[in-house]
Amino acid sequence: MSRIVGRFEETRASGRAALIPYVTAGDPAPEVTVPLLHDLVAAGADLLELGVPFSDPMADGPVIQLACERALAHGTRLRDVLEMVREFRRTDTDTPVVLMGYLNPVERMGHEVFVTAAAEVGVDGVLMVDLPPEESGDLSGLLEQAGLDPIFLVAPTTSEFRLRHVAAAARGFIYYVSLKGVTGSQNLDPAALGARLGAIRAISDLPLGVGFGIRDAATAAAVAQVADAVVVGSAIVRLAEQHPEAPERFRTAAAEVVREMRTAMDASRTAAPAAV
Amino acid sequence: MNEVREAVDWAAFPDMRGHFGPYGGRFVAETLMGALDELQAVYEKYMQDPEFLAELDTDLKQFVGRPSPLYHAERLSRELGGAQVYLKREDLDHTGAHKVNNTIGQALLAQRLGKTRIIAETGAGQHGVATATVAARLGLECVVYMGAEDIQRQSPNVYRMRLLGADVVAVKSGSRTLKDALNEAMRDWVTNVDNTFYIIGTVAGPHPYPAMVRDFQSVIGREARAQHLEMTGRLPDALVACVGGGSNAIGLFHPFLGDPSVEMIGVEAGGEGIATGRHSAPLCAGQPGVLHGNRTYLMEDEDGQIVATHSISAGLDYPGVGPEHAWLKDLGRATYVSVTDEQALRAFHRMTRTEGIIPALETSHAIAHVIDIAPRMRPDQSLIINLSGRGDKDLNTVAALEGMEL
Ligand SMILES: Cc1ncc(COP(=O)(O)O)c(C=O)c1O
Repeated sequence: MSRIVGRFEETRASGRAALIPYVTAGDPAPEVTVPLLHDLVAAGADLLELGVPFSDPMADGPVIQLACERALAHGTRLRDVLEMVREFRRTDTDTPVVLMGYLNPVERMGHEVFVTAAAEVGVDGVLMVDLPPEESGDLSGLLEQAGLDPIFLVAPTTSEFRLRHVAAAARGFIYYVSLKGVTGSQNLDPAALGARLGAIRAISDLPLGVGFGIRDAATAAAVAQVADAVVVGSAIVRLAEQHPEAPERFRTAAAEVVREMRTAMDASRTAAPAAV
Repeated sequence: MNEVREAVDWAAFPDMRGHFGPYGGRFVAETLMGALDELQAVYEKYMQDPEFLAELDTDLKQFVGRPSPLYHAERLSRELGGAQVYLKREDLDHTGAHKVNNTIGQALLAQRLGKTRIIAETGAGQHGVATATVAARLGLECVVYMGAEDIQRQSPNVYRMRLLGADVVAVKSGSRTLKDALNEAMRDWVTNVDNTFYIIGTVAGPHPYPAMVRDFQSVIGREARAQHLEMTGRLPDALVACVGGGSNAIGLFHPFLGDPSVEMIGVEAGGEGIATGRHSAPLCAGQPGVLHGNRTYLMEDEDGQIVATHSISAGLDYPGVGPEHAWLKDLGRATYVSVTDEQALRAFHRMTRTEGIIPALETSHAIAHVIDIAPRMRPDQSLIINLSGRGDKDLNTVAALEGMEL
């Protein structure tokens, strides 16, 4: 059983929604990332999403675009990101880590070299934003052989026909993009979300994570009532921008956001058990 | 090589998923997959629909001014002392470049889809102007994304777009040029996909764009082939076109792919020289990767990050290239070369003085290569340059290089 599947079994058993913070590796500086990941786990993260910086992050809003620019300015490359995971794993062998990014750095490294290295350092899942299942055969096959989960997005615009296709290719969990827009947008509608997740559950048994547009503890709590996992990115990454010269303050602030979300999510699940 | 030329059924490409051999495809975030399926369906439907095709044809005649002439540049040919040089006069199209052939077609599809809002990216501003023009004519809202640096160097076109009622948005992320404008247009499209049609300006992007834009631009090659046959009784020996994303080049090349005797040469922007790294020539000096929805040749570093490009011409200043060109290169069916800023500038002046035609700086790259190769060909041979656009938009740039301010 993959670490991701195992973690979702635990959160399901304890009646909680999983909390998945996203940070861009190397932002605001490479040496901050691993301590930050440990802080996020201590603050209540169940899984971690680690962004691989890319020069042309087409699906991201301004917050994560700038994070990529900061990380790249420090020379953070895919192989550095893999080393960060290796270092993280020295003291944390439980928390699943998903790499999220764009395909081209992986293309350049070579699919096989990448998958071998990712498995070796302790990556658990890979989500390439610009790689839909139609184009992913080769990489997905290699990931699965190596015991890693290929993770795919489902969007509000995904037809039922496509949904079946995505569900067949996905492993670990399905990442539901809660809105039409880029990361960091602000128009998530929790009511419509519940109906939409119901439709996905009719087709797939995989846990459903919801991301894009979760900006505060209240939204996280609302989403936690209907989803298996809440993914929060820009609301954390934005803090790196606010503390450019003080990485410790960024780490503290990021952990605080995760702690608040954790508390609000758990309270909302106890108050009103999700109808799933 | 002639085996490849005769064996491939060119009309069968791309395949159903938009692949040209290993290139092309559809590499986008899930949110756009539905819109691309929808676009592919209308495009396939209407390209078979006699009524749509008749409307397109009428627009191309009456609004764009097609057919564009094929002009025998006799004085330049004489001076070069080799092959006869013919110019396919896309500079005479309404709005001054080939770009409008494509925007007319896509705007008609947008109407069929009931979309009320048009977005586009632009580098030189020619595609932005061509998009703003058709949007004005059809009464559609229009937003054009343009790199902040390009807004500087192509200011006449920015003003034209604004006159036409378009909202020109300055893109300040990344390198502030065409690739960043494309990123920003994609972000807009993801956000407004319900009411918005994205008119991509070249044969790049996710399927069906490379095939669709090629089909709309192929009118160039169809006309040129018939015109050359009528004027000379034979096919040209070579076709030469500049390559940014590759739309004017594929528009000229595609109808000749089944003519094995016709050489095809795409000219990329060599900038300050390939060896300096400051250029925009992915086919000459890049390697395959994935960007902006397709697999193709790219300019990238050893980590797969896209690198800054350089060209004197904003319209060629792009780190990728249409996937069909990547495939034609690998097959050896077309050849790709590069020309520096300086050579392009010299060709710009030479064409202007010799033939009374002020070409776009993009086009000047193709002219520069012909100035190089025509003298080595025989006078009974001929070649066609795609004169993709006129140079009015570049007067500021050229004047500034000569120390003048207009
Ligand atoms: C006159 C002209 N020629 C060529 C190009 C390059 O585009 P493509 O390679 O798609 O023809 C441009 C782009 O702006 C242009 O304005």
